[in-house]
Amino acid sequence: MTHHTFHMPVTEEQVRALRVNDTVTLEGALFGIRDANQIALFDKGRKTRFDMRGHAAIHTAPNVRKVEKSASNPTGYEPICVGTTTSARMERFTRPLMEQLGVRLVIGKGGLGEPSKEAFSKLGGAYLAIIGGTAALETTWVEAIEDVDLDDLNPESLWKFRVKGFGPLLVAMDSRGGSLYDEVDRKARSRRANTLAKLGVK
Amino acid sequence: MTLRIDPARVEETAKELYIRALKMLPPDIKRGFDALVARETDTTAKSVLGVMVRNIAVAEETDNLLCQDTGIPIYNVTIGRNVVVDGVALKSAIRRGCERATREHPLRSSVVHPITRKNEHTSCGPGIPPIHIEFSDDDRLVIQMIPKGSGSENNSWLKMAFPADGVDAIKTFVVDCVLEAGGKTCPPTIVGVGIGGTSDLCVALAKKAATRPLGSACVDPEGAKLEKLLTEAVNTLGVGPQGLGGDSTAFAVHVEVAATHITMNPVAVNMQCHSARRASASFTPGGVEYGF
Repeated sequence: MTHHTFHMPVTEEQVRALRVNDTVTLEGALFGIRDANQIALFDKGRKTRFDMRGHAAIHTAPNVRKVEKSASNPTGYEPICVGTTTSARMERFTRPLMEQLGVRLVIGKGGLGEPSKEAFSKLGGAYLAIIGGTAALETTWVEAIEDVDLDDLNPESLWKFRVKGFGPLLVAMDSRGGSLYDEVDRKARSRRANTLAKLGVK
Repeated sequence: MTLRIDPARVEETAKELYIRALKMLPPDIKRGFDALVARETDTTAKSVLGVMVRNIAVAEETDNLLCQDTGIPIYNVTIGRNVVVDGVALKSAIRRGCERATREHPLRSSVVHPITRKNEHTSCGPGIPPIHIEFSDDDRLVIQMIPKGSGSENNSWLKMAFPADGVDAIKTFVVDCVLEAGGKTCPPTIVGVGIGGTSDLCVALAKKAATRPLGSACVDPEGAKLEKLLTEAVNTLGVGPQGLGGDSTAFAVHVEVAATHITMNPVAVNMQCHSARRASASFTPGGVEYGF
């Protein structure tokens, strides 16, 4: 169980060194991805001007306020509440996200499945778990919204945040096929029969 | 004494309720966290619960939203005796209040048209917010607001079991739903179980159960018995907070029941995430009082 501080972007080697149960804190850039922007990018063929190679992408759609553009709010958006959404809906986008855009780290809640696990192994990636529903805390780690693309999809725009001390995040899936979700699911399902017996189910 | 409800007051209150619900967790949920923290034995789970508890404090200190998911806004209105209210005006006032909260705070509008997926940035759309109206014996009007997050709402199930499958089918179904949900519902959850009724009523009962305060019991004694059994049972599965393992899978399992047909045995499950948000306002002759 090692703690890693990553100044983004990172290399494949850095990500391959991560093991399940390690923790990670991010510094610098963090991209916000979501259902609508990934449908646009990977199903509808839209392009982004962002260079996401070696970066981390978080499953999010923040609450923002429109303000005058300034040094602290260069896009004219001030972050109000930035949190994390359930990753499972976006399972099929992990591979294109890595293959086409070069993303190395996916941040989310609730975990991802088999296809993502394979993509992490083959391409060198990892899934970092954040505690879902703790957005007030998460927002204190976000310094600014540095840039935004595909903003016609707002709030599901493609966001670029500048973060400081973003974490600790838990490595829940690594590039060696390790997955905390698989372990917990396997254990829980093995307890099913016992639980039903206690309920008197015949 | 007659209580006349002013729609302008309702609009202001509906706006205020949405914002309050998103920022302040009800005391029963906070106590629910305390109880889970006290008996959790898993190290990771303890630390996950610790972060959740800290988030509640940070939200209050920074006057921020607990969770970024502003949810689907739901309003439950209970109209007491001797309350005079124009129902049509009441509904449109609630809708305006919901729109104003979204625009004026501002809040992320999480609501889109189901086919075009267009977001009007109002948190409203066809049929949304749902406004449920019930009646009571009280001399007041109560509006309760529930922002229902999608992580938990996406894990909703209905099974039209057979009478021959009995209560065993209900118990098995609840356990399997909790396993299927895993970490996707942001556990620890309140697992809402609807039993009986028609298919639509059964699902509505599950939602009512999921959004009931912790510590409340099903008024039907058989339902109340089942709540206790199921609460204990699902917490032996080890799904844990965020699906990362541990004892704290659910704050509680809540059950609501309705009579059903001789040939039917419906069971529905709807879950509420750990950010089990709700706010309420009572209109009395003395004014509007806010609570949960």
